[in-house]
Amino acid sequence: MSAVEVRGLKKSYGEIEAVKGVDFDVQPGETFGFLGPNGAGKSTTIKILCTLAKASGGSASVAGFDVTSQRDQVRRHIGLVFQDTTLDNYLTAELNLRFHAELYGMPRESVAPRLEQVLKMVGLWDRKDSKVITFSGGMKRRLEIARGLMHSPRVLFLDEPTVGLDPQTRASIWQYIHELRQQEEITIFLTTHYMDEAEQCDRIAIMDHGLLVALDTPAALKASVGTDRVTIRTSDDEEALKRLPDAIQTGDGIVLNVEDGEGYVPKLFAELGVPITNVSISKPSLDDVFLSYTGRTIRDSEVNPGMPAFFAAMRR
Amino acid sequence: MTTLPVASVVVPKRTFALDARAIKIVVQRDLIRTFQDRTRFISQLIQPVLFLFVLGSGLSSLTGSATGPIDLRTFMFPGVLATSTLFTAMFSAMSIVWDREFGFLREMLVAPVRRSSIILGKALGGATIATAQAVIVMVLGAFVHVPYTFGLVLTLLAEVFLLSFTLTAFGLAIVARITQVQTVMGLMQMLLLPLSFLSGALYPLSNLPTWLSIVVRFNPLTYAVHPVRTAVFAHLTLPDTVRQRLNPPLTWFGWDVPTWMQLGLVAVMGIGLMLVAIRQFQRVE
Repeated sequence: MSAVEVRGLKKSYGEIEAVKGVDFDVQPGETFGFLGPNGAGKSTTIKILCTLAKASGGSASVAGFDVTSQRDQVRRHIGLVFQDTTLDNYLTAELNLRFHAELYGMPRESVAPRLEQVLKMVGLWDRKDSKVITFSGGMKRRLEIARGLMHSPRVLFLDEPTVGLDPQTRASIWQYIHELRQQEEITIFLTTHYMDEAEQCDRIAIMDHGLLVALDTPAALKASVGTDRVTIRTSDDEEALKRLPDAIQTGDGIVLNVEDGEGYVPKLFAELGVPITNVSISKPSLDDVFLSYTGRTIRDSEVNPGMPAFFAAMRR
Repeated sequence: MTTLPVASVVVPKRTFALDARAIKIVVQRDLIRTFQDRTRFISQLIQPVLFLFVLGSGLSSLTGSATGPIDLRTFMFPGVLATSTLFTAMFSAMSIVWDREFGFLREMLVAPVRRSSIILGKALGGATIATAQAVIVMVLGAFVHVPYTFGLVLTLLAEVFLLSFTLTAFGLAIVARITQVQTVMGLMQMLLLPLSFLSGALYPLSNLPTWLSIVVRFNPLTYAVHPVRTAVFAHLTLPDTVRQRLNPPLTWFGWDVPTWMQLGLVAVMGIGLMLVAIRQFQRVE
């Protein structure tokens, strides 16, 4: 059974078709990256999966439950961590989690041990009695992740889990995500605008103009947009060029476009017959993938801090 | 790193008990938040003090013998109690706009419980806070010669609880679609004083100009103020003429509306407004 199953999903807002028929599956235990420029239909799709919006057509199920007809079952099996904080700043960390446990109807005897487990996982156990308002941005995000995990969801939705955080905090959040994957039998569905984060996903889907334009592992996606680029410097470039008819001489050296750079280089050393003094392999990045599928770089499509976000930032 | 056992998912059946838990925690949170914010709690007590001891004492010198053997402030007390309930209940309802603006409402709305439970929790929370505050206002009442008996205290508390539930539901129905705190502040300013001024909270319903007596009868708050005043007056020993002037029966086209019916009207309005509020919050995209 798939953790998430989407079939012919459509959503229109009046005249505007935000999602125009999308199909995909997410396997249990997978970390699934969901990418796309703003307005691509990404958020709408997630809203439907989280039962926060109704689909206009098609179907979707999460953790085996239909998002339309089994709304509460879906909600009980998913954890949600939104981009904007949804914590009560004036309650303590522990009370925020307890509130969540009550709303999700957790068995009473499991609340205390689970609370300790998730707070320790995100390193906030010693701050459980502090009010959330005293927390830094990174701590709040960690607490939100802990809360999202509180009721042991099967699928955890992370919407831009690290946006607006400094690199160190981002790294630590990812550390928690990795630990989580080892500790719990959980599927992670996340959106991100950071390429290095997308890289850590098992598979990536890219949406654009309401359609799914790509879906595969990061490696396969990169392979699909181009070949590895091997650049060498030799003691005799002219001779090397003669022996490598496909190579191009550039200012950086001799450039070869090959399928499998790592496999090609040892052969090159063995067979070229001209001493090689320097070698580098560069692979197509996910940014190249994103660019080739959407016509924009992932950076360009990053959340444009519009007025609401601006005011939200001012308020902090 | 040690691997923790995979937490098993226990999915409770959707039962009444589950919704009751949700209602309870929403109420609890409102109580915790209110009693943490003592400034707000105390500042809301300033208004009844002003009405009762400043305005009441000041006007007493003006009205003199008009209130007969009773203190003007005793007469004003039921209205002050109802007005302070109105303010507290509406401010409680307003907190949901804050919750929306600061994101916490989302945490509540995505939970696997009925939205009606969340809204009901909010209304009960508002009612509890307003009733708690009413207890303090009732202590003030002792200083203006309100003839307390155990029965009167219970009656007043029950009436205040009913009234505050209805008013919180009214507030929730109004603010349900509002997303900005500034908007709701303005709206409350616009609503609160007219509602209390037009309810007969501060003056008797006798000898009013026709237009005012009509408007007053359309104001829901009137049907809550009157039973409270009637309960207090039932414990006062007064000549009939004074009673007739200060606490005349509430009439519709000359027909005395009985107290139970006035309270019933408040309860029905409370339920109706509650349903409106729930509908407003239940809309899914």
